[in-house]
Amino acid sequence: MDVAVFIVSAIIVIGGAIGVVVNPNPVRAALSLVASFFGVAVLFVLQEAHFLALVQVVVYAGAIVVLFLFVIMLLGVDKVEDIQTEPLVNQRPAAFVGGAFMLLLILGGLFLSGSDDGQGAVAITGQPEMTQALDAPGIKVGSATSTDPSNFQEPDSNIVSLARDLFTRNLFAFEITALLLTIATVGAVVLVRNDGAEDLVVDEPGTANR
Amino acid sequence: MEVTQTWYLVLSAVLFTIGTIGLLTRRNPLVMFMCIELMLNAVNISFVSFSKALNDIAGQTAVFFVLVVAAAEVVVGLSIVVALLRRRPTATADDLVQLKG
Amino acid sequence: MVEAAWLIPAFPLAGFLFLMAFGRRLGEPVAGWVATAAVGGSFLSTVTVFLGLLAEEPDDRFFIQTIFTWVPSGSFRVDLGFLVDPLSITMCLFITGVGTLIHLYSVGYMHGDANFSKFFIYLNLFAFSMLMLVLGDNLLITFLGWEGVGACSYLLISFWFTSKENASAGKKAFVTNRVGDFGFMLGTFVVFGAIGSIRYADILTSEFSSGIATAAVLLFLVAATGKSAQIPLFVWLPDAMAGPTPVSALIHAATMVTSGVYLLVRLNPILAQADPWSTAAIAWVGALTALVAALAAVVQTDIKKVLAYSTVSQLGYLFLAIGVGGYVPAIFHMVTHAFFKALLFLGSGSVIHGLHDEQDMRRMGGLTKFMPITAGTFIVGWLAIAGVPPFAGFWSKDEILLYAWNESPVLWAIGLVTAILTAFYMTRQVVLTFFGRTRFFDPHQEEIDAAFSQAIVGAEAGVAEAQEALAKAEQDMAKADDDVAKKQLALASATESLTEAKANVAASSPDADGHAKLVKALDKADKALPKAVSALEKSQAKLAEATQAHAEAIESIDLARDDVRTAAASVASAPRAPQHVTALTPAVDVSDFADQLPDSYAHRQEYHPHESPWTMTAPLVALAGLAAAGGLLNLPFTKDLHFLANWLEPTLFGNEVHVTAGASTKIVLALIATACAIGAIAVSLGVYLKGKADPAAIERPELALAVDYDRALAAVMGGPGNETFERASWFDRTYVDGAVNGVALVTSRLGRYSQSFQTGFVRSYAFGIVAGSAAVVLWFLSRLVLS
Repeated sequence: MDVAVFIVSAIIVIGGAIGVVVNPNPVRAALSLVASFFGVAVLFVLQEAHFLALVQVVVYAGAIVVLFLFVIMLLGVDKVEDIQTEPLVNQRPAAFVGGAFMLLLILGGLFLSGSDDGQGAVAITGQPEMTQALDAPGIKVGSATSTDPSNFQEPDSNIVSLARDLFTRNLFAFEITALLLTIATVGAVVLVRNDGAEDLVVDEPGTANR
Repeated sequence: MEVTQTWYLVLSAVLFTIGTIGLLTRRNPLVMFMCIELMLNAVNISFVSFSKALNDIAGQTAVFFVLVVAAAEVVVGLSIVVALLRRRPTATADDLVQLKG
Repeated sequence: MVEAAWLIPAFPLAGFLFLMAFGRRLGEPVAGWVATAAVGGSFLSTVTVFLGLLAEEPDDRFFIQTIFTWVPSGSFRVDLGFLVDPLSITMCLFITGVGTLIHLYSVGYMHGDANFSKFFIYLNLFAFSMLMLVLGDNLLITFLGWEGVGACSYLLISFWFTSKENASAGKKAFVTNRVGDFGFMLGTFVVFGAIGSIRYADILTSEFSSGIATAAVLLFLVAATGKSAQIPLFVWLPDAMAGPTPVSALIHAATMVTSGVYLLVRLNPILAQADPWSTAAIAWVGALTALVAALAAVVQTDIKKVLAYSTVSQLGYLFLAIGVGGYVPAIFHMVTHAFFKALLFLGSGSVIHGLHDEQDMRRMGGLTKFMPITAGTFIVGWLAIAGVPPFAGFWSKDEILLYAWNESPVLWAIGLVTAILTAFYMTRQVVLTFFGRTRFFDPHQEEIDAAFSQAIVGAEAGVAEAQEALAKAEQDMAKADDDVAKKQLALASATESLTEAKANVAASSPDADGHAKLVKALDKADKALPKAVSALEKSQAKLAEATQAHAEAIESIDLARDDVRTAAASVASAPRAPQHVTALTPAVDVSDFADQLPDSYAHRQEYHPHESPWTMTAPLVALAGLAAAGGLLNLPFTKDLHFLANWLEPTLFGNEVHVTAGASTKIVLALIATACAIGAIAVSLGVYLKGKADPAAIERPELALAVDYDRALAAVMGGPGNETFERASWFDRTYVDGAVNGVALVTSRLGRYSQSFQTGFVRSYAFGIVAGSAAVVLWFLSRLVLS
């Protein structure tokens, strides 16, 4: 069952991602993105990260993609981008080589570490003491107080433990994010505010309505 | 057959690579932003998988913060794109070369 | 109550900051009152601390108040802390006390100055720096204050910076002080190297080897000669008179110049451990400075310059006292000197103020009737500095002479000569300023010169006129000459035509037709001849006349030239305003050329010298009281009357030299000193008040050794010194700047080459990031594989 769900949602994720990259039309790209995000949400559910799955759907698939679409429509830039040509010499081959190289390296690291027992990170960073340090004061996924597997299955245990972690160990970071969001909002207002007529700059006069 | 952590990590790596290639090849700044979101999601997948594998909620907390930062980044980034494209409706990322030395 | 110590510097600092912010807005006179109140508050806090100290047992009068740790650097720690003990509080008492009076005085003195509030900002900052210097509990804080007063004195001396002399006087003070500061820094390093601490609490209780102690003493002596204006660095102080007079009083009487003395007294344990020759050096520097400066003071004519050299001389006394181990007399004389020298400076300021910025004593005199309070208080100051009992100066100076006698009769003799000179030049100053005829209205030399140069101009105009007349006469003569020649020609032709007519008549027969006609012509020619003759005679007479006029013109030119010569001669013999004056010197008689004197003379006649406002006279009266009664601080008669000695005793650690002389010797020495002082006053009165001797014989330029030294120093520094500096500057420009510019050039070249990597394409940059992260992953992977 799990395998089937994983394979289906992985196909959706990868397919959506490829859709984003190859779709010349930004609206279609955005819609592909939604598909990809949904797939990721399913994967989260599969790993018992229920709260994150919810947030993934609401924030990413909902708010952020809607924001993208809104900007695309607002600016009327839903023109098809010419992805057959590439003005930057060697950019495309470099992108593929770089991307493939990166993929190979990550996968290499993953399989060279040769373990699937949750100690992969140890092998990659090469510093076991680091993960141990992280491990020591950690709050277990299932429960804040015990590692009892029965607790693990309680419907809201994920949210409770996440909240406990968020509002104890990471309280300061949490407050800082509030500040960050405020600054982002103010920044957006300042950036977009249109005071006074600004000159419309058209780069190439003949191709403005391409 | 069982879904192990490796599966998630491989998926994450593939998704990250697709996002990277998209970022490097697309010229529309909006689509480039979407690719960045893809990369962030790839990282999120591996965070959650590690959280499960290590039985430590900290990984999910990190995802939470990634979400918040991504939201803030999208807000500011899109504002910049709006401010930019309002003046130059046909601009692509390659047209913004004021930093050329 | 001792805890209030931090308030002492805090008040002036607060005043300084407040006036920095609002001074300009407050303006005159509120800014002045605020500043005065700040220093007054500081004085009250000092009194509080003083009473607190008095309440303690004498040996417990040592407190350190630490505000915060300023320099925490490993084992080396410097606190911003205050050392409260009898010595520092004594200093604070007269710094803030006299300082308050000077602030009050300045309110009146700076009246109407455009930068009124700025002046008080500087004054408050100065008071703050001085208090930090005195109260600091380690050498670094003292150095902070040391530099602070240096900077403030620079600002204050060149306060009227628009005049070039003032600006350069400030620079001179600053630069000269820097030389001394160098000694201070090196001395601090030596002390730190020896005991690893610069806190006084450690220094005063540490053992030094005698070599280290000697080195430290000599370096601190260099520092003290700078700040306290001793040989060889005294040259800045006379020039510092360019500043406003309250500054002169504050800097040169009460505060800055005493800091060197304070430093040496504070470090008395080091002095005690040093080789004896180093303290002897201090004594000799002091004695020679005292003598040289006193000699220079005798020939000065500027009222403030006399006091400036007098200050240098009195500071020399203080060094003499320290050098011979008399710390209590040094502090005693410093306090009394602060009283009477501040009084004298402020009095001279009052005179200058009342006389419309006149500073030359030769143009004063007889001011007693115009400014009685100033005159009365000034006379008290005079008696005090001259060493007349029972005024303050007598007691303190006598103590110093006693200690000098204890060390060596030669030093005592130098001190005594200095005392005689002091009494002499101070009497001279008082007589010239306040007694005798009022010379203020006398014509100045420049005015007389201006009047006489007018006479020369007049005579020269006469010459020009005569020359013009001569030219005209010459022209007339030439014209007449021409005329005569013409007339002679006419006569000749008339004669010729007569002869011809006669011949014609003779040749023709009388019956011929034309005969009658010819006879008629003959007749006509005959008549024309006498006409021509008379015309010739007339023009000849004219010529004679013109020749006469010409001769006269030549003569008148000679006369006019004579006039010029006489006028020039009369300028040479014009009445000279006397170079050396006494109370009896008569005014230059200007009745002959009164109308030719420039306007400045007439304006001065309408000006009335006046007494200063109460803000200026009140401090004078207060200081006069202190100068008169200051001796009470340390009367020599019984041990119980040694208030100051008993008070300072715990800070001196028994390093005070014990005077071996018996009571009779002391009395004899005191009598000699008093007799000499009174004798010098009498001689000076005889010369300057009664005119018994020619002052020119006394005011010999050779006496001004100090001035010559100053000039020689300037010549060396301006000549070879300047050249050296130019070389150093060239080296700096060529090599040091060259290295810096070379680095800059290489950087900019590199920048230009690496510029081409910046394509401006975001996606290229993104690829850079991807490649970079791939490299990082590769690094981790390689570690994984290799491990």
